[in-house]
Amino acid sequence: MVEDPFIELHTGPGRAYPVFYVVERQERVTLVSRRTDWFKVRAPRGQEGWVSLEQLQQTFQLTGEPVEVPSFSLADYADRRWEIGALYGDFDGANVISTYGAYSFTENLSGELWFSDVLGRFSNSRMVNINIVHSLFPERRVTPYFTLGAGVINTETKGTVVATEDRTDNIVHVGVGVRTYLTRRFVFRAEYKSYVVITSRDNNEEPSEWKAGFSFFF
Amino acid sequence: MESRILILLLRKVLVVLIASGYSNLGAAQETTANGQAPVIEPGLERREIRIPQIDTEDFEVGFFAGVMSIEDFGVSTVIGGRLAYHITEDFFVEMTAGQSDAEETSFERLSGAAQLLTDDQRSLSYYNVSFGYNLFPGEVYLGADRALNMAIYLIGGVGNTTFAGDDRFTLNMGVGVRMIPRDWFAVHADFRDHIFDLDLLGQEKTVHNLEAHIGMTFFF
Repeated sequence: MVEDPFIELHTGPGRAYPVFYVVERQERVTLVSRRTDWFKVRAPRGQEGWVSLEQLQQTFQLTGEPVEVPSFSLADYADRRWEIGALYGDFDGANVISTYGAYSFTENLSGELWFSDVLGRFSNSRMVNINIVHSLFPERRVTPYFTLGAGVINTETKGTVVATEDRTDNIVHVGVGVRTYLTRRFVFRAEYKSYVVITSRDNNEEPSEWKAGFSFFF
Repeated sequence: MESRILILLLRKVLVVLIASGYSNLGAAQETTANGQAPVIEPGLERREIRIPQIDTEDFEVGFFAGVMSIEDFGVSTVIGGRLAYHITEDFFVEMTAGQSDAEETSFERLSGAAQLLTDDQRSLSYYNVSFGYNLFPGEVYLGADRALNMAIYLIGGVGNTTFAGDDRFTLNMGVGVRMIPRDWFAVHADFRDHIFDLDLLGQEKTVHNLEAHIGMTFFF
Protein backbone atom coordinates (compact mmCIF):
# COMPACT_ATOMS: atom_id res chain seq x y z
CA MET A 1 0.00 0.00 0.00
CA VAL A 2 1.33 3.37 -0.99
CA GLU A 3 1.75 5.86 1.85
CA ASP A 4 3.54 8.63 0.01
CA PRO A 5 1.22 11.01 -1.84
CA PHE A 6 2.21 9.00 -4.91
CA ILE A 7 5.01 6.82 -6.30
CA GLU A 8 6.43 7.17 -9.76
CA LEU A 9 6.70 4.33 -12.25
CA HIS A 10 9.64 4.66 -14.62
CA THR A 11 9.86 2.85 -17.96
CA GLY A 12 13.24 1.38 -17.00
CA PRO A 13 15.40 0.64 -13.97
CA GLY A 14 17.18 3.97 -13.75
CA ARG A 15 16.54 7.63 -12.98
CA ALA A 16 17.14 8.54 -16.63
CA TYR A 17 14.14 6.59 -17.85
CA PRO A 18 10.99 8.72 -17.93
CA VAL A 19 8.09 8.48 -15.50
CA PHE A 20 5.02 7.21 -17.36
CA TYR A 21 2.56 6.49 -14.57
CA VAL A 22 1.94 7.32 -10.94
CA VAL A 23 0.32 5.16 -8.30
CA GLU A 24 -1.67 7.20 -5.81
CA ARG A 25 -1.79 7.00 -2.05
CA GLN A 26 -3.76 4.03 -0.63
CA GLU A 27 -3.45 2.03 -3.84
CA ARG A 28 -1.69 -1.31 -3.83
CA VAL A 29 1.22 -2.42 -5.96
CA THR A 30 2.63 -5.92 -6.51
CA LEU A 31 6.37 -6.45 -6.57
CA VAL A 32 7.60 -8.36 -9.62
CA SER A 33 11.37 -8.23 -9.79
CA ARG A 34 14.43 -6.26 -8.85
CA ARG A 35 17.46 -4.90 -10.69
CA THR A 36 20.16 -3.10 -8.72
CA ASP A 37 18.19 -0.66 -6.51
CA TRP A 38 15.10 -0.55 -8.72
CA PHE A 39 11.96 -2.61 -8.33
CA LYS A 40 9.53 -3.62 -11.01
CA VAL A 41 5.96 -3.27 -9.71
CA ARG A 42 2.51 -3.92 -11.10
CA ALA A 43 -0.05 -1.19 -10.53
CA PRO A 44 -3.76 -1.93 -9.81
CA ARG A 45 -4.70 -1.39 -13.44
CA GLY A 46 -1.99 -3.63 -14.81
CA GLN A 47 0.71 -1.12 -15.68
CA GLU A 48 4.21 -2.36 -14.96
CA GLY A 49 7.02 0.02 -14.20
CA TRP A 50 10.15 0.53 -12.14
CA VAL A 51 10.21 2.18 -8.72
CA SER A 52 13.31 3.32 -6.89
CA LEU A 53 14.32 1.79 -3.58
CA GLU A 54 13.80 5.13 -1.80
CA GLN A 55 10.17 5.32 -2.89
CA LEU A 56 9.48 1.68 -2.21
CA GLN A 57 10.60 2.15 1.38
CA GLN A 58 7.71 4.60 1.78
CA THR A 59 5.15 1.86 1.11
CA PHE A 60 3.54 -0.46 3.63
CA GLN A 61 2.59 -4.09 3.66
CA LEU A 62 -1.06 -5.06 4.20
CA THR A 63 -0.16 -5.81 7.80
CA GLY A 64 0.74 -2.17 8.22
CA GLU A 65 4.43 -2.82 8.59
CA PRO A 66 6.81 -0.91 6.38
CA VAL A 67 8.34 -2.85 3.51
CA GLU A 68 11.78 -3.88 4.56
CA VAL A 69 14.17 -4.00 1.72
CA PRO A 70 17.28 -5.94 2.51
CA SER A 71 20.09 -3.85 1.22
CA PHE A 72 23.28 -5.73 1.83
CA SER A 73 25.09 -4.35 4.79
CA LEU A 74 28.28 -4.72 6.68
CA ALA A 75 26.65 -7.45 8.78
CA ASP A 76 25.91 -9.53 5.68
CA TYR A 77 29.46 -8.97 4.58
CA ALA A 78 30.78 -10.37 7.87
CA ASP A 79 28.45 -13.38 7.49
CA ARG A 80 29.36 -14.12 3.87
CA ARG A 81 29.99 -17.69 2.82
CA TRP A 82 31.07 -17.53 -0.82
CA GLU A 83 33.00 -14.92 -2.68
CA ILE A 84 34.38 -14.60 -6.20
CA GLY A 85 36.59 -11.90 -7.62
CA ALA A 86 39.17 -10.76 -10.13
CA LEU A 87 42.41 -8.88 -9.51
CA TYR A 88 45.03 -7.33 -11.72
CA GLY A 89 48.59 -6.38 -10.93
CA ASP A 90 52.28 -6.99 -11.29
CA PHE A 91 54.09 -10.32 -10.90
CA ASP A 92 57.83 -9.71 -10.92
CA GLY A 93 57.57 -7.20 -13.75
CA ALA A 94 54.92 -9.07 -15.73
CA ASN A 95 51.19 -8.43 -15.88
CA VAL A 96 49.07 -10.75 -13.82
CA ILE A 97 45.33 -11.34 -14.11
CA SER A 98 43.84 -13.47 -11.34
CA THR A 99 40.43 -14.84 -10.59
CA TYR A 100 39.53 -16.58 -7.37
CA GLY A 101 36.78 -18.20 -5.40
CA ALA A 102 36.67 -18.21 -1.61
CA TYR A 103 34.74 -19.99 1.09
CA SER A 104 34.58 -18.68 4.66
CA PHE A 105 34.96 -21.30 7.38
CA THR A 106 34.59 -18.77 10.18
CA GLU A 107 34.40 -14.99 10.28
CA ASN A 108 38.17 -14.77 10.39
CA LEU A 109 39.27 -17.76 8.39
CA SER A 110 38.62 -18.55 4.76
CA GLY A 111 40.03 -20.76 2.04
CA GLU A 112 40.70 -19.56 -1.49
CA LEU A 113 41.37 -21.10 -4.89
CA TRP A 114 43.21 -18.88 -7.38
CA PHE A 115 43.80 -19.08 -11.12
CA SER A 116 46.34 -16.61 -12.46
CA ASP A 117 47.62 -15.72 -15.91
CA VAL A 118 51.06 -14.13 -15.80
CA LEU A 119 51.75 -12.39 -19.09
CA GLY A 120 55.33 -11.20 -19.49
CA ARG A 121 57.59 -9.96 -22.23
CA PHE A 122 59.53 -13.17 -22.65
CA SER A 123 57.42 -15.81 -20.99
CA ASN A 124 53.91 -16.57 -19.87
CA SER A 125 52.84 -18.56 -16.84
CA ARG A 126 49.71 -20.12 -15.52
CA MET A 127 49.38 -20.51 -11.77
CA VAL A 128 46.94 -22.39 -9.61
CA ASN A 129 47.11 -21.76 -5.87
CA ILE A 130 45.16 -22.68 -2.80
CA ASN A 131 45.60 -20.66 0.34
CA ILE A 132 44.10 -19.84 3.69
CA VAL A 133 43.34 -16.28 4.68
CA HIS A 134 43.13 -14.85 8.17
CA SER A 135 41.26 -11.54 8.48
CA LEU A 136 42.10 -9.51 11.56
CA PHE A 137 38.89 -7.49 11.98
CA PRO A 138 36.22 -9.25 9.89
CA GLU A 139 33.39 -7.13 11.30
CA ARG A 140 34.97 -3.84 10.25
CA ARG A 141 34.63 -2.12 6.91
CA VAL A 142 38.38 -2.16 6.35
CA THR A 143 40.43 -5.09 7.50
CA PRO A 144 43.97 -6.27 6.93
CA TYR A 145 44.58 -9.96 6.33
CA PHE A 146 47.38 -12.50 6.12
CA THR A 147 47.57 -15.40 3.75
CA LEU A 148 49.58 -18.57 3.28
CA GLY A 149 49.35 -21.02 0.43
CA ALA A 150 50.82 -23.32 -2.17
CA GLY A 151 50.29 -24.28 -5.77
CA VAL A 152 51.85 -25.04 -9.13
CA ILE A 153 53.18 -22.75 -11.84
CA ASN A 154 53.58 -23.65 -15.48
CA THR A 155 55.90 -21.38 -17.43
CA GLU A 156 56.43 -21.32 -21.16
CA THR A 157 58.81 -19.02 -22.95
CA LYS A 158 57.48 -17.08 -25.90
CA GLY A 159 58.02 -18.58 -29.34
CA THR A 160 60.20 -15.84 -30.75
CA VAL A 161 62.76 -16.01 -27.95
CA VAL A 162 65.42 -18.73 -28.06
CA ALA A 163 63.56 -21.89 -27.18
CA THR A 164 63.90 -23.20 -23.66
CA GLU A 165 61.87 -25.96 -22.11
CA ASP A 166 58.44 -25.34 -20.71
CA ARG A 167 58.44 -26.27 -17.07
CA THR A 168 56.06 -26.90 -14.21
CA ASP A 169 57.19 -26.15 -10.66
CA ASN A 170 55.71 -26.14 -7.21
CA ILE A 171 55.23 -22.79 -5.59
CA VAL A 172 54.56 -21.57 -2.05
CA HIS A 173 53.66 -18.08 -0.94
CA VAL A 174 52.93 -15.78 1.97
CA GLY A 175 51.04 -12.55 1.62
CA VAL A 176 49.48 -9.57 3.29
CA GLY A 177 46.60 -7.48 2.08
CA VAL A 178 43.71 -5.23 2.89
CA ARG A 179 40.06 -5.52 1.98
CA THR A 180 37.34 -2.87 2.08
CA TYR A 181 33.62 -3.40 1.93
CA LEU A 182 32.26 -0.97 -0.67
CA THR A 183 28.54 -1.32 -1.26
CA ARG A 184 25.87 -4.00 -1.66
CA ARG A 185 27.78 -7.19 -2.53
CA PHE A 186 30.99 -5.46 -3.51
CA VAL A 187 34.43 -5.60 -1.95
CA PHE A 188 37.70 -3.97 -2.96
CA ARG A 189 40.92 -5.79 -2.10
CA ALA A 190 44.61 -5.20 -2.63
CA GLU A 191 47.42 -7.52 -1.65
CA TYR A 192 51.12 -8.26 -1.77
CA LYS A 193 52.39 -11.82 -2.03
CA SER A 194 55.89 -13.19 -1.87
CA TYR A 195 56.38 -16.48 -3.74
CA VAL A 196 59.07 -19.12 -3.73
CA VAL A 197 59.20 -21.21 -6.89
CA ILE A 198 60.78 -24.54 -6.00
CA THR A 199 62.72 -25.30 -9.15
CA SER A 200 64.76 -28.35 -10.04
CA ARG A 201 67.69 -26.05 -10.84
CA ASP A 202 70.35 -24.80 -8.42
CA ASN A 203 68.47 -21.73 -7.27
CA ASN A 204 64.87 -21.19 -6.34
CA GLU A 205 63.15 -18.17 -7.78
CA GLU A 206 61.55 -15.67 -5.45
CA PRO A 207 59.11 -13.52 -7.38
CA SER A 208 56.90 -11.01 -5.61
CA GLU A 209 53.47 -9.89 -6.65
CA TRP A 210 51.10 -7.06 -5.84
CA LYS A 211 47.64 -6.68 -7.23
CA ALA A 212 44.27 -5.06 -6.64
CA GLY A 213 40.74 -5.75 -7.73
CA PHE A 214 37.13 -6.35 -6.85
CA SER A 215 35.11 -9.23 -5.58
CA PHE A 216 31.53 -9.88 -4.73
CA PHE A 217 30.08 -12.17 -2.14
CA PHE A 218 26.89 -14.16 -1.76
CA MET B 1 7.55 -9.49 74.36
CA GLU B 2 9.03 -12.13 72.11
CA SER B 3 5.58 -13.63 71.42
CA ARG B 4 4.23 -10.18 70.34
CA ILE B 5 7.04 -9.74 67.84
CA LEU B 6 6.27 -13.23 66.53
CA ILE B 7 2.59 -12.34 66.10
CA LEU B 8 3.46 -9.13 64.25
CA LEU B 9 5.71 -11.08 61.91
CA LEU B 10 3.02 -13.71 61.31
CA ARG B 11 0.52 -10.94 60.48
CA LYS B 12 2.85 -9.47 57.94
CA VAL B 13 3.35 -12.88 56.36
CA LEU B 14 -0.44 -13.32 56.23
CA VAL B 15 -0.95 -9.94 54.54
CA VAL B 16 1.69 -10.71 51.93
CA LEU B 17 0.17 -14.14 51.26
CA ILE B 18 -3.35 -12.74 50.82
CA ALA B 19 -2.13 -9.94 48.56
CA SER B 20 -0.26 -12.36 46.34
CA GLY B 21 -3.30 -14.66 46.26
CA TYR B 22 -5.49 -11.85 45.01
CA SER B 23 -3.06 -10.86 42.36
CA ASN B 24 -2.93 -14.49 41.14
CA LEU B 25 -6.71 -14.52 40.96
CA GLY B 26 -6.65 -11.30 38.92
CA ALA B 27 -4.25 -12.83 36.46
CA ALA B 28 -6.39 -15.93 36.12
CA GLN B 29 -9.47 -13.81 35.34
CA GLU B 30 -7.59 -11.99 32.61
CA THR B 31 -6.57 -15.19 30.84
CA THR B 32 -10.17 -16.43 30.72
CA ALA B 33 -11.19 -13.14 29.15
CA ASN B 34 -8.48 -13.53 26.52
CA GLY B 35 -9.24 -17.20 25.95
CA GLN B 36 -12.74 -16.46 24.70
CA ALA B 37 -13.24 -16.81 20.97
CA PRO B 38 -13.40 -13.39 19.26
CA VAL B 39 -16.84 -12.32 18.08
CA ILE B 40 -15.59 -11.59 14.56
CA GLU B 41 -13.01 -13.83 12.94
CA PRO B 42 -11.07 -11.89 10.32
CA GLY B 43 -11.24 -13.90 7.10
CA LEU B 44 -8.19 -12.11 5.84
CA GLU B 45 -5.03 -14.08 5.41
CA ARG B 46 -2.12 -11.84 5.97
CA ARG B 47 0.58 -12.14 3.41
CA GLU B 48 4.05 -11.21 4.43
CA ILE B 49 6.33 -9.79 1.81
CA ARG B 50 9.78 -11.27 1.93
CA ILE B 51 11.87 -9.20 -0.37
CA PRO B 52 14.68 -11.76 -0.72
CA GLN B 53 12.18 -13.94 -2.56
CA ILE B 54 11.76 -11.27 -5.20
CA ASP B 55 13.61 -12.21 -8.32
CA THR B 56 16.77 -10.14 -8.68
CA GLU B 57 17.92 -9.68 -12.23
CA ASP B 58 21.37 -8.15 -11.91
CA PHE B 59 23.14 -10.54 -14.29
CA GLU B 60 23.19 -10.32 -18.04
CA VAL B 61 24.38 -13.16 -20.26
CA GLY B 62 24.57 -13.37 -24.03
CA PHE B 63 26.53 -13.89 -27.21
CA PHE B 64 27.70 -11.73 -30.07
CA ALA B 65 29.03 -11.85 -33.62
CA GLY B 66 30.87 -9.25 -35.64
CA VAL B 67 34.06 -8.36 -37.40
CA MET B 68 37.55 -7.89 -36.04
CA SER B 69 40.45 -6.25 -37.78
CA ILE B 70 43.60 -8.14 -36.79
CA GLU B 71 46.47 -5.81 -37.55
CA ASP B 72 48.47 -6.99 -40.61
CA PHE B 73 46.23 -10.04 -40.90
CA GLY B 74 43.09 -8.69 -42.52
CA VAL B 75 39.56 -8.57 -41.21
CA SER B 76 37.77 -11.69 -39.95
CA THR B 77 34.54 -12.60 -38.32
CA VAL B 78 34.55 -12.84 -34.54
CA ILE B 79 32.10 -14.63 -32.28
CA GLY B 80 31.94 -14.66 -28.51
CA GLY B 81 30.00 -14.49 -25.31
CA ARG B 82 29.56 -12.02 -22.49
CA LEU B 83 28.53 -12.14 -18.86
CA ALA B 84 27.83 -8.92 -16.99
CA TYR B 85 26.88 -8.04 -13.44
CA HIS B 86 25.13 -4.73 -12.79
CA ILE B 87 26.42 -3.26 -9.55
CA THR B 88 24.32 -0.11 -9.60
CA GLU B 89 22.23 1.51 -12.27
CA ASP B 90 25.40 3.28 -13.41
CA PHE B 91 28.22 0.73 -13.11
CA PHE B 92 28.69 -2.83 -14.27
CA VAL B 93 31.46 -5.39 -14.65
CA GLU B 94 31.66 -7.56 -17.71
CA MET B 95 33.59 -10.64 -18.77
CA THR B 96 33.89 -11.24 -22.49
CA ALA B 97 35.49 -14.06 -24.46
CA GLY B 98 35.85 -14.14 -28.22
CA GLN B 99 37.31 -16.19 -31.01
CA SER B 100 38.47 -15.26 -34.52
CA ASP B 101 40.79 -16.57 -37.24
CA ALA B 102 43.43 -14.39 -38.86
CA GLU B 103 43.60 -14.08 -42.64
CA GLU B 104 46.84 -13.97 -44.60
CA THR B 105 49.00 -10.87 -44.62
CA SER B 106 49.49 -9.05 -47.90
CA PHE B 107 53.06 -10.29 -47.93
CA GLU B 108 51.95 -13.90 -47.68
CA ARG B 109 49.50 -13.42 -50.52
CA LEU B 110 51.99 -11.75 -52.84
CA SER B 111 54.83 -14.15 -52.17
CA GLY B 112 52.60 -17.14 -52.77
CA ALA B 113 54.24 -19.87 -50.72
CA ALA B 114 55.79 -18.14 -47.71
CA GLN B 115 53.67 -18.57 -44.58
CA LEU B 116 54.30 -16.59 -41.41
CA LEU B 117 51.99 -18.64 -39.23
CA THR B 118 50.69 -22.19 -39.13
CA ASP B 119 46.93 -22.73 -39.20
CA ASP B 120 46.88 -23.30 -35.44
CA GLN B 121 48.72 -20.05 -34.81
CA ARG B 122 46.24 -18.15 -36.96
CA SER B 123 43.45 -18.68 -34.52
CA LEU B 124 42.96 -15.73 -32.19
CA SER B 125 41.07 -16.00 -28.93
CA TYR B 126 40.72 -13.51 -26.15
CA TYR B 127 39.10 -12.96 -22.80
CA ASN B 128 38.84 -9.82 -20.74
CA VAL B 129 37.42 -8.42 -17.54
CA SER B 130 36.14 -4.89 -17.88
CA PHE B 131 34.47 -2.13 -15.97
CA GLY B 132 31.59 -0.31 -17.61
CA TYR B 133 29.80 2.96 -17.00
CA ASN B 134 26.38 3.77 -18.41
CA LEU B 135 27.15 7.23 -19.72
CA PHE B 136 23.90 8.13 -21.50
CA PRO B 137 20.91 6.13 -20.34
CA GLY B 138 17.54 7.15 -21.73
CA GLU B 139 14.98 6.50 -24.42
CA VAL B 140 15.16 6.48 -28.18
CA TYR B 141 12.16 6.72 -30.43
CA LEU B 142 11.30 4.44 -33.31
CA GLY B 143 8.80 6.27 -35.45
CA ALA B 144 5.98 8.18 -33.82
CA ASP B 145 4.72 5.82 -31.13
CA ARG B 146 7.45 3.44 -30.08
CA ALA B 147 10.05 4.20 -27.45
CA LEU B 148 12.94 1.94 -26.50
CA ASN B 149 15.05 2.07 -23.36
CA MET B 150 18.72 2.27 -24.13
CA ALA B 151 22.10 3.21 -22.69
CA ILE B 152 25.38 4.23 -24.24
CA TYR B 153 28.21 2.91 -22.11
CA LEU B 154 31.95 3.31 -21.86
CA ILE B 155 33.92 0.20 -21.09
CA GLY B 156 37.55 -0.73 -20.49
CA GLY B 157 39.59 -3.47 -18.89
CA VAL B 158 42.37 -5.99 -19.02
CA GLY B 159 42.64 -9.47 -20.45
CA ASN B 160 44.59 -11.93 -22.49
CA THR B 161 44.83 -12.52 -26.22
CA THR B 162 46.14 -15.85 -27.52
CA PHE B 163 47.49 -15.26 -31.00
CA ALA B 164 50.41 -16.61 -33.05
CA GLY B 165 50.89 -19.35 -30.50
CA ASP B 166 51.41 -17.14 -27.46
CA ASP B 167 49.43 -15.36 -24.78
CA ARG B 168 49.62 -11.59 -24.79
CA PHE B 169 48.47 -9.20 -22.10
CA THR B 170 45.78 -7.05 -23.64
CA LEU B 171 44.10 -3.78 -22.74
CA ASN B 172 40.69 -3.13 -24.16
CA MET B 173 38.54 -0.05 -24.32
CA GLY B 174 35.47 0.90 -26.21
CA VAL B 175 31.97 2.18 -26.35
CA GLY B 176 28.71 0.33 -26.73
CA VAL B 177 24.99 0.78 -27.11
CA ARG B 178 22.53 -1.35 -25.18
CA MET B 179 18.97 -1.32 -26.51
CA ILE B 180 16.41 -2.81 -24.13
CA PRO B 181 13.19 -3.72 -25.95
CA ARG B 182 12.01 -5.91 -23.07
CA ASP B 183 13.02 -5.78 -19.42
CA TRP B 184 14.64 -9.21 -19.75
CA PHE B 185 16.24 -8.80 -23.16
CA ALA B 186 18.79 -6.42 -24.67
CA VAL B 187 20.54 -5.91 -28.01
CA HIS B 188 24.12 -4.66 -27.94
CA ALA B 189 26.23 -2.91 -30.54
CA ASP B 190 29.79 -2.70 -29.32
CA PHE B 191 33.01 -1.15 -30.63
CA ARG B 192 36.18 -2.26 -28.93
CA ASP B 193 39.90 -1.69 -29.35
CA HIS B 194 42.17 -4.52 -28.19
CA ILE B 195 45.70 -3.27 -27.60
CA PHE B 196 48.72 -5.54 -27.10
CA ASP B 197 52.41 -5.86 -27.98
CA LEU B 198 53.35 -8.23 -30.79
CA ASP B 199 56.90 -9.06 -31.88
CA LEU B 200 55.96 -11.38 -34.68
CA LEU B 201 57.42 -9.39 -37.55
CA GLY B 202 60.93 -8.98 -36.14
CA GLN B 203 60.54 -6.03 -33.83
CA GLU B 204 58.04 -5.47 -31.09
CA LYS B 205 55.20 -3.11 -31.82
CA THR B 206 51.89 -2.22 -30.24
CA VAL B 207 48.98 -3.44 -32.29
CA HIS B 208 45.38 -2.26 -32.21
CA ASN B 209 42.77 -4.81 -33.13
CA LEU B 210 39.49 -3.07 -33.71
CA GLU B 211 36.32 -5.01 -33.24
CA ALA B 212 32.69 -4.21 -33.96
CA HIS B 213 29.97 -6.62 -32.99
CA ILE B 214 26.25 -7.00 -32.44
CA GLY B 215 24.94 -9.22 -29.70
CA MET B 216 21.96 -10.30 -27.68
CA THR B 217 21.81 -10.60 -23.92
CA PHE B 218 19.29 -11.84 -21.40
CA PHE B 219 18.87 -10.61 -17.85
CA PHE B 220 18.50 -13.10 -15.07
